[in-house]
Amino acid sequence: MKKAIINQTECVACGACEKVCPRKAITIFHGIYADVNKDLCVGCKKCEKVCPASVIQVVQKEVVS
Amino acid sequence: MKKWNEYLWIFSAVYLVAGFFNILFAWIGMICFVTPLLLSIIGKGKIYCNSYCGRGQFFELLGGRLKLSSNRNIPAFIRSKWFRYGFLAFFMTMFGIMIFSTYLVFNGTNNLKEVVTLLWTIKLPWNWTNTSTVSPWIAQFAFGFYSVMLTSTILGLTTMFLFKPRSWCVYCPMGTITQGISMLKYKGKVKQNGTTSKGNS
Ligand code: SF4
Ligand code: SF4
Ligand code: SF4
Repeated sequence: MKKAIINQTECVACGACEKVCPRKAITIFHGIYADVNKDLCVGCKKCEKVCPASVIQVVQKEVVS
Repeated sequence: MKKWNEYLWIFSAVYLVAGFFNILFAWIGMICFVTPLLLSIIGKGKIYCNSYCGRGQFFELLGGRLKLSSNRNIPAFIRSKWFRYGFLAFFMTMFGIMIFSTYLVFNGTNNLKEVVTLLWTIKLPWNWTNTSTVSPWIAQFAFGFYSVMLTSTILGLTTMFLFKPRSWCVYCPMGTITQGISMLKYKGKVKQNGTTSKGNS
């Protein structure tokens, strides 16, 4: 399963990722950084593509059952 | 169905054009300074950036839908704290100088200068608007403020072309300051572990 992970210390909380996410998996935590809900994320990379700070990476994640 | 706030880029575009024809419209731009600040001070985080900023949308539109952006990654130093806070400090200093020159016109030390200054250096004569209907300081502030708005638009367009569409948002002074205010307000709630998120992984 591919999931988005965000380097939250360098995120500028602009919300560009939140806007493009087709699964509404991203929320901006109190204007400080973006947070991904991994249960919703389908790893489509749309957020990674638009992030102006390039702090999102979509990576392979083990499925925890 | 698109929501009303998805059309705020029109406001940003009209603003720049209106200021071109009548410099006094520049005053309306204060909305783009006061609203994000107030919203973050009352604890709404960066909701202005996230949902209501016309400028962010404008860059999104030009760089995204109209494909004017090269979509390259921004150099790491631009998103560093040093650069972002440094640019904020520089921007606020220049803003302070602009307020001071408005004051000098207000108290009669200087006369109104009808110029728009681009990138804090290039002075453009800008005397096609009749400003005699208002006090000179009101016009002076309009020239100064429009210079700020035009300069930041030029910088934003440049980084939109070179990097990702919304690259301006990485070093936008309003974005940096509202994030800073949010950090101060919610310091205790910030998680310490750089890269985690909610949900099972
Ligand atoms: S990878 Fe796709 S689904 Fe996952 S957070 Fe990014 S935009 Fe949303
Ligand atoms: S697009 Fe990038 S910088 Fe902007 S909120 Fe999302 S992760 Fe943060
Ligand atoms: S960072 Fe600046 S330009 Fe970007 S959305 Fe926020 S206020 Fe608008």
